[in-house]
Amino acid sequence: MATQILMPALSPTMTEGKLAKWLKAVGDDVKAGDVIAEIETDKATMEVEAVDEGKLARILVEEGTEGVAVNTPIAVLSVNGEDVSAEAPAPKAAPAAPPKAEAAAPSAPVSATPTPDKDWGPTKPTTVREALRDAMALEMRRDGDVFLLGEEVAQYQGAYKISQGLLDEFGPRRVIDTPITEHGFTGMAVGAALNGLRPIVEFMTFNFAMQAMDQIINSAAKTLYMSGGQMGCPIVFRGPNGAASRVGAQHSQCYASWYAHVPGLKVVAPWSSADAKGLLRAAIRDPNPVIVLENEILYGQTFDCPVDDDFIVPIGKAKIERVGSHVTIVAFSIMVGTALKAAEILAEQGIEAEVINLRSLRPLDTATIVESVKKTSRLVTVEEGWPFAGIGAEVAMQIIEHAFDWLDAPPVRVHGIDVPLPYAANLEKLALPQPDWVVNAVKKIV
Amino acid sequence: MALAAEAKKRGKAKDKTVDRDALLKAYRTMLLIRRFEEKAGQLYGMGLIGGFCHLYIGQEAVVVGMQAAISDGDQVITSYRDHGHMLATGMEARGVMAELTGRSGGYSHGKGGSMHMFSKEKNFFGGHGIVGAQVSLGAGLAFSNMYRGNDRVSLTYFGEGASNQGQVYESFNLAALMKLPCVFVIENNKYGMGTSVERSSASHDLSKNGAPWGIPGLQVDGMDVLAVKEAAEQAVAACRAGKGPYLLEVKTYRYRGHSMSDPAKYRTREEVQMMRTQHDCIENARHRLEALDIEEKVFKAIDDEIKAIVQDAADFAQTSPEPELSELYTDVMLEG
Repeated sequence: MATQILMPALSPTMTEGKLAKWLKAVGDDVKAGDVIAEIETDKATMEVEAVDEGKLARILVEEGTEGVAVNTPIAVLSVNGEDVSAEAPAPKAAPAAPPKAEAAAPSAPVSATPTPDKDWGPTKPTTVREALRDAMALEMRRDGDVFLLGEEVAQYQGAYKISQGLLDEFGPRRVIDTPITEHGFTGMAVGAALNGLRPIVEFMTFNFAMQAMDQIINSAAKTLYMSGGQMGCPIVFRGPNGAASRVGAQHSQCYASWYAHVPGLKVVAPWSSADAKGLLRAAIRDPNPVIVLENEILYGQTFDCPVDDDFIVPIGKAKIERVGSHVTIVAFSIMVGTALKAAEILAEQGIEAEVINLRSLRPLDTATIVESVKKTSRLVTVEEGWPFAGIGAEVAMQIIEHAFDWLDAPPVRVHGIDVPLPYAANLEKLALPQPDWVVNAVKKIV
Repeated sequence: MALAAEAKKRGKAKDKTVDRDALLKAYRTMLLIRRFEEKAGQLYGMGLIGGFCHLYIGQEAVVVGMQAAISDGDQVITSYRDHGHMLATGMEARGVMAELTGRSGGYSHGKGGSMHMFSKEKNFFGGHGIVGAQVSLGAGLAFSNMYRGNDRVSLTYFGEGASNQGQVYESFNLAALMKLPCVFVIENNKYGMGTSVERSSASHDLSKNGAPWGIPGLQVDGMDVLAVKEAAEQAVAACRAGKGPYLLEVKTYRYRGHSMSDPAKYRTREEVQMMRTQHDCIENARHRLEALDIEEKVFKAIDDEIKAIVQDAADFAQTSPEPELSELYTDVMLEG
C-alpha cells in the first residue's frame, strides 16, 4: 500500500511554495515525525514532518522546484514495504486549494488598465512584499534618520518577510527588534519622532496596534496642533490590516475608518505593488504621521511595478483602475481586486463599471470620485470592514454633498458583514465581500 | 509622614559643600514657580483660565533640583502638572501664562492650554494629558540620543499614580534592554488625584520599581532642593556614561488639590499644614541661605524681581489677543 505525501499549507495565506530541500532520499526509512523536507512558504522556511511510517518510494517533485501548489503530491511512501515505483501517479496539478478569500487566488501579473499617473517607464513583475521592502530600503539609503522597528523585523526578517534583508544592509542600529509591547515601543517611536527622527513602526497586524492607539492618536496625531505648530511627528505606522485567512475575529479587523476619522493623521491603503512602493515612500518622506494599511493576502501577489529609482505615489490621489460609464465602483486595498473582477463580470453583461482605487483614505480624493459619479450617476462602494460609520458611508456622504444632483440612484455599500469575523471556512467566506456581491449591488441600481 | 521622614534621612544632602550661587539660583526659580502658580490660581478664580489647571505648589524643589543637574540639549518631558517644568527649563513666564488664558501670545498660540505646551528651543517636549503616556515618549527622546550617538539625557517625569501604568513598565524594559539614557523621575506627591499611594501601589518603595530590569533607583527627599540636585547628578552622570536608565523616586507634596476643582477632602488640613510649615522647600532653601549669611536685601530683591515678572506675565496674558479665528484650522498637518 502506498501513501502520497502532499505539499502542505504551512501558513494561513500560503497557496504555493518552493520545495527547497529533500532531507530523505528514495529508499530511506521514514518514521512519523521525521523531518523529510524543507519548504519555503510566503513567510519562512519550514520543515515538513512525515505523518506515516514507511519507506520513501518515489520523489515526485525535485528539490529546488518553485511554485508547487498546496496539495500537490510531492512524494510516495510505501507503507508495507512493497514496490510502488510503477503504480505511483505522475504529479498533476493540485486539487482545489483550501478555501481562501476570493482575491487570494491570482498571482499572475495584474495589468492595471488606464492610469492618470505620471508615466514612470519600464516596470517589472514585483510582489507587494518586495515592493514594501524596496520602498523602505530606498528611503533608508536616502535618509539616515529613517529606521524600522517592530516585532520580528530584524533577525527573523519580518513576521511576513517584509523586512527581508534589511538587517543585513542597515544593521541593528536601524532595524530594531522590539519586545511584544506595542504600547511601549510605539510611544518610544513617537518620542523619537517628536525629536526629529523618522521611525517606521511595523505592527505585526493592525489588530495589535489597538494596544498603542493612545500613542498614535493622542501623542502622534495631536501634538502638532497642541504645540501651535512647533512639534511635528514624522512617523509611519505600517502593517497588515483586515482579514487574512481564517485567523479569527481578533486578527481580522479592518481599521480603515478608525484611523481615517482622526485629524492629524494621513491614511493610505495600497492595493498593487506600485501603490505599495510609491505610497510607502511618500509616507516615509511625509512630515506627518502616516498610517499604511497593508493586506496580508496581497503580500504574495505580483503586479507590474515601475523600476525607476525615483518612483513615488503622492498621498491623496486616487487612481482610476478601469474606465467605465455606467457605474462608479470605489474600493481600496484588497477590495480593488474584487471590484475589478466584478467589473469584468459586469462587462460581459454589457455594464461598463469605472473602478476607482482610493489609495489614500485621508486625505480622500473626493474630486476624482465626484468627477466619475458626474459621468456615471451611480455609486457603489466596496470595503472589507464593517458598514456602520465606515469608509463607504463617508464616500457616499461626500457624493451626496458634492454630486447629489448627478445621482440617478441611491449609493450602495458593499461591505463585510456586521459581525466579528468567524473562523469556519464557510462562514468566513459568507462574511467577506465577493465579486458577485459587487455585481449584485451594481445591478440593483443600473 | 513616616515615609517622608525616612526619605529625608536617606536623601539628606551634605551641607558642607553647598554652592552658594547655585542655591540662590535654585531659590529664585522655586520662588518664581510658587508665585507664578499662585497667580495662575488667582486668574483661574477670576475666570480668566478655563478647563483644567494643575498647580505645582509644594513640589518646586523637584524640578528645580533636577534641572540643576542637566545642561543645554538634554530633554525634559512631563505630565499635565507642567508649569513648573516649563519655567525651570527657561521658558518665558509670559508665554506660559498667556497659554493658560488661551491667548495668541501663549506657547501654543492658545491651542494647547495648561496641559499642552512645548518648546523646541528649550528642549521641553510637553505637557501630556494622558497619565503615563509621556513615559514611553521620554524613552523615545532617550532613544533619539542613543541613535544619534550624542551624550544627551532625557528627564522623564511622572507621578506615583502614573507609576502603576502598564506602559511605564514596557518603557522600563525597553530602556534597560537598549541602555537608553533616560532618567525616570517619579514625583511622588502621595496622591494620584484623590487616592493615596498606599491605596494604589502595592509597591512601598517606588525607587525599586525598576529593579527587575536592573534599573538603579534612589529615594530622594523632594522637599530639599539640594538633595534632589545631588541625586539627579548621580543619575544623569550614569546615563551620560552610557550605563542605561536610572530611576528616582522623589518624595514631595502638593499643597493644592489635584486640579483647581479638587477640594482635597481625602487628606486632613493638619497634614497639609504640617508639610507647609515644617518641610516647605522654599523655606528650607531660605534658611540655608540665611545660614550662609545672605542678607535680607538680597531676598527682597529677588522677591521684587519675581513679583514683577509674574505681574508682567499676568498682564500680558490678559492683554495678548485671543487667537485669530483662522488659527482653528492651522497646525493640523505640515505641508509635504
